[in-house]
Amino acid sequence: MNAPAPTKRSRTGTVRRPGDLAFSGASLGSAVLILLILAGVAFFLVMEALPALTAPGEEISGGEGFFHYVWPLVFGTVVASLIAMLLGTPVAIGIALFVSHYAPRRLGSAIGFVIDLLAAVPSVVFGMWGMAVFAPRLVPLYDWLDEHAGWVPFFGDASATGRTLMTASIVLAVMILPIVTSVSREVFLQTPRLHEEAALALGATKWEMIRTAVLPFGMPGVIGGTMLGLGRALGETMAVAIILSTGPFTWNLLGSGNSTIPAEIALNFPEASGLRLSELIAAGLVLFVITLAVNLFARWIVDRRAEFSGAN
Amino acid sequence: MSKRIDVKDLDIYYGDFHAVKDVTMTIEPRSVTAFIGPSGCGKSTFLRTLNRMHEVIPGGRVDGEVLMDGENLYGRNVDPVDVRRQVGMVFQRPNPFPTMSIKENVLAGVRLNSRRLSSAAADELAEKALRGANLWNEVKDRLDKPGSGLSGGQQQRLCIARAIAIQPEVLLMDEPCSALDPISTLAIEDLINDLKADYTVVIVTHNMQQAARVSDRTGFFNLEATGRPGELVEFDTTQAIFNNPSQRATEDYISGRFG
Ligand SMILES: Nc1ncnc2c1ncn2[C@@H]1O[C@H](COP(=O)(O)OP(=O)(O)O)[C@@H](O)[C@H]1O
Ligand SMILES: [Mg+2]
Repeated sequence: MNAPAPTKRSRTGTVRRPGDLAFSGASLGSAVLILLILAGVAFFLVMEALPALTAPGEEISGGEGFFHYVWPLVFGTVVASLIAMLLGTPVAIGIALFVSHYAPRRLGSAIGFVIDLLAAVPSVVFGMWGMAVFAPRLVPLYDWLDEHAGWVPFFGDASATGRTLMTASIVLAVMILPIVTSVSREVFLQTPRLHEEAALALGATKWEMIRTAVLPFGMPGVIGGTMLGLGRALGETMAVAIILSTGPFTWNLLGSGNSTIPAEIALNFPEASGLRLSELIAAGLVLFVITLAVNLFARWIVDRRAEFSGAN
Repeated sequence: MSKRIDVKDLDIYYGDFHAVKDVTMTIEPRSVTAFIGPSGCGKSTFLRTLNRMHEVIPGGRVDGEVLMDGENLYGRNVDPVDVRRQVGMVFQRPNPFPTMSIKENVLAGVRLNSRRLSSAAADELAEKALRGANLWNEVKDRLDKPGSGLSGGQQQRLCIARAIAIQPEVLLMDEPCSALDPISTLAIEDLINDLKADYTVVIVTHNMQQAARVSDRTGFFNLEATGRPGELVEFDTTQAIFNNPSQRATEDYISGRFG
């Protein structure tokens, strides 16, 4: 007989083993640490941003207050990220489905590998490629859009260099592709065989099987992956800073102009001091809040359907 | 509804592995046919060839004919998707779609068959199928709740409702009660008895009493040794198989289990 492991009883009488205690302590510690770091960042941002937020309007860049200064940046950031998400997610889901359900296994893993490699490309490289190679090639497309779909407020006179918010958005779409693809592929592969066969046995074609069993099952994961991608797009600095020839706000996404919060910070931070520095940090605070809101929204969407998630 | 199936010289393979050899049998309409035999002898494999689900597994292929009312399911121009719409299947483990409500589960197959359903027609169809599966009274107040919230036995009857909602000719069941408690098992056995009025029912079971209780005809599968293909040893009325089997192996298997 082994000697019983040393145990302690808690007040409720359940046995508490040292291993469990150590583990729950460690995980509690990590959770608290994360919260502390998050709170620390938030605190730093708020403190440093306060001067800009409370300064009289005419002292802020643009001379009409912080809100007036920051909203075009918010617009640029949000629009670029949304376009990146709208363009990138369907392609990512398509690739993920192809890899998980259509491609022969060898080809599937080869493609998966290439997509993962994309994630390893530094954003500076994406930025340079986007500016030097991709942007000029997009100009004819922009001209075409301007000519044929010019009534859409986002499509105005096209820039001659192609270094526009639209180009930045498309490059961002490519950049978020790997993360959204690999998360989606993972969840699609986890669809229980049982549910796929249930659909097939009802007379589903392959695509119908994917629609009835695979996509609904994977949806929370895909949303999670998309949010990771959106987070990356919202915070992307180098690529946007390099590609976009920044300027004042314009509705026209095909012309130069606009900027995003990360690009604005990266381009101006080195020379900034005093109130200007505080302005930039306040802009960072706004970005932080946007990212937080996006994640809470995604969480809410996933939870709303939790009952139907198949996890019970 | 309800058709007759003639299987002729059917050999079944997983890649190079010869899983079941040379099966010939006739499955009568409006009756229950049961398959028994030791595990691994190819009962599930054979059952899945009757709705072409076998070929869903990579490497799965067959050689021979399965005729449904004279038409070869493996004919050149036959779409397996059409076969599966006529030959429904219930699996060993209940598998309602976790992302769908009870009602949507029942209608899942109908919705695949593309035609748009008015909501009144959908309600009516769901009720009919659920009544057909003896489940209506238990779920009628929670049709919009997830199917995964039901008990195992109810989930299995939900799967039966889902299968009969598309009005198949034949209903295949692979050990439908093996994950269920005795009371749920009884409910399903009663249901099988009702179903044979309208459908050709084929059931695999590891439980010989169950085969004796529910089926009209029984097939005994066996394999000579591991690694050898399974084969159909004897196929006869359930009465004959259990009371005076003509093969020694059948008798051994049945008496071994009962004794
Ligand atoms: N997906 C598969 N791939 C390869 N071999 C399989 C597969 N499924 C079953 N087999 C083999 O086919 C034989 C018959 O299996 P099965 O039909 O499941 O038997 P039973 O249902 O009678 O227990 C077994 O030898 C089993 O190992
Ligand atoms: Mg089996």
